[in-house]
Amino acid sequence: MKKSELAHLLYQMMLIRRFEEKAAQMYAMAKIGGFCHLYIGEEAIAVGAVSTLKDNDYVVAPYRDHGHALARGCNPNKVMAELFGKADGLCKGKGGSMHLFDIKRRFMGGYAIVGGQLPIATGIAYAIKYRDRKEVVLCFLGEGAVNEGAFHESLNVAALWKLPIVYLCENNLYAMGTAVERASAVADIYERACSYDMPRQRVDGMDLLTVREEVGKAVKLARQQRMPSFIEASTYRFKGHSMSDPARYRSKEEVEQMKAKDPILIFQEKMLNEGLMKEEEITKLDNKAKKIAQEAVEYAEAAADPESASLYQDVLV
Amino acid sequence: MPKITYREALNQAMKEEMERDDSVFIVGEEVGLFQGAYKVSQGLLDKFGEMRVRDTPIAEEMIVGLAIGAALAGLRPIAEMMTFNFSLLALDQIVNHAAKIRYMSGGQFSLPLVIRGPGGAAFQLAAQHSQSLEAYYAHVPGLKVVMPATPFDAKGLLQSAIKDDNPVVFIENEVLYGAKGEVPVGEYTIPLGAAEVKKIGRDVTVVAHSRMVLVALDAAEMLTKDGINIEVVDLRTIKPLDEKLILRSVKKTNRLVVVEEGWRFAGVGAEVCDRVVVNAFDYLDAPPVRVTGADVPMPYSRSLEAAALPDAKKVVAAVKKVLYSS
Repeated sequence: MKKSELAHLLYQMMLIRRFEEKAAQMYAMAKIGGFCHLYIGEEAIAVGAVSTLKDNDYVVAPYRDHGHALARGCNPNKVMAELFGKADGLCKGKGGSMHLFDIKRRFMGGYAIVGGQLPIATGIAYAIKYRDRKEVVLCFLGEGAVNEGAFHESLNVAALWKLPIVYLCENNLYAMGTAVERASAVADIYERACSYDMPRQRVDGMDLLTVREEVGKAVKLARQQRMPSFIEASTYRFKGHSMSDPARYRSKEEVEQMKAKDPILIFQEKMLNEGLMKEEEITKLDNKAKKIAQEAVEYAEAAADPESASLYQDVLV
Repeated sequence: MPKITYREALNQAMKEEMERDDSVFIVGEEVGLFQGAYKVSQGLLDKFGEMRVRDTPIAEEMIVGLAIGAALAGLRPIAEMMTFNFSLLALDQIVNHAAKIRYMSGGQFSLPLVIRGPGGAAFQLAAQHSQSLEAYYAHVPGLKVVMPATPFDAKGLLQSAIKDDNPVVFIENEVLYGAKGEVPVGEYTIPLGAAEVKKIGRDVTVVAHSRMVLVALDAAEMLTKDGINIEVVDLRTIKPLDEKLILRSVKKTNRLVVVEEGWRFAGVGAEVCDRVVVNAFDYLDAPPVRVTGADVPMPYSRSLEAAALPDAKKVVAAVKKVLYSS
């Protein structure tokens, strides 16, 4: 990979990190309401995976979607304005944190029902095959979703009808407060896909380049052979399930241990150790990320609230 | 005009729309090889192939979700629910997703999706196969709900539903599938949201939908012997409701009977009565009378089932009640 490409990947992770830190601050100041699910710790997955896609591929995400939206190139100003519920937000303030949509970038949502996005992502893949096109769907889910019926129904037909889709499961070990061993009879989540005879594997979700390589292979398989895959990416969220979660179901020691595997630190070290980037260049990228995140907050603050007439708009065409 | 069955009318609507627009496709259980559980999609697999007439496993949540995804990606799916009783398994996709994606996305996406299949009771199919669920779907903003009573309406309304860029819940009726009526050849549409006076009258407005329209027309026949001339209004679309036509009729007759197969509590008839009482109170010479299914799960026994459903006799009694006559 070229140095500029590597730098861009690092920058994208930093942007997500700094954006999410700002979102946390804004939530604490009640500028953001409702539920706010932060992606801190998981950045390598969204950035690594989305980097393998073409512009006309499709991305589907669950409610912890700020990172995926930013990785896909959604405008940080518009995303923050959406979190603030402003008229100029990505979805005109109608969706909020859990429902980011961006049709131009084929970012197809942002869904709050656990597993609800799976049949929808599968349907987009069906449309691709229907039109005999070469696009691919990248569908993110958490490990909590694999126990919903929709998971089973979706993967079954994806395999049965050979649909061009990659299901990327971010296993951060906790579905809200429930550890994976308490929820799943088979805790090796990638093995669930054996029921559908689907190519499957587990990857280290803290290592961006590994995620990028393995998802890249799965995307290629989907594009060229219309073979779906299931990838479990092992990761960890450094914050609670959402801003309202004090996370008493896991120990402080565990969190500290996991923070040592920070995907951004891992990537930075690799760049330094292999002489690909210098300390100053890395700092410069981080400063840019901080600046963009700060500008997003200022943009969102200055933006106007939706007009009352918008309440009844876009219910139907 | 040729006389064809309600099911043939639906078949024609789908076939002709699929011929006109290659983004229209059908997905559901037994729609292809079996020719449709009720033969509504007869012959379509042979004509259009398996991508466009897609047989699925038994997985209603997937069927509707897949249709939603396909619609987001630019297709125009017709998702069949073998009966609307089974649509409850897809309720999350219909209510939480199909009805809301346009709104949540700030209008970026539209979902030109039809979810169709039979609803209502047939004969002794028992509690889990006999439900009228239109009130559930009509309650949800973001969905249209359409229910044809005749072959003519079935073809025209289904063509409109397929052409509509919104999610349309299209509830047919199993008992009506064999009913024959005149249906134009070729393309025609009936606007969604437009009720129709199926029989002009003077003494009482009887509002009904789906199979109950025919029950009301039977009652109209019976009532002529008593010199009573009712006006029968077929809603055709439950949501959006054609309030204007209903009010115009009630302002003429001054009396309202609402007939529905579904349960009384929070049923479609309750909404109709609300609109009339609020907007035409001074025109009413009597409180509205509702004829509904009994508020019970449908029993299996033939005589109990008959007792649980509206029939022409019950409608006649309701008309006489609202006329303060016996």
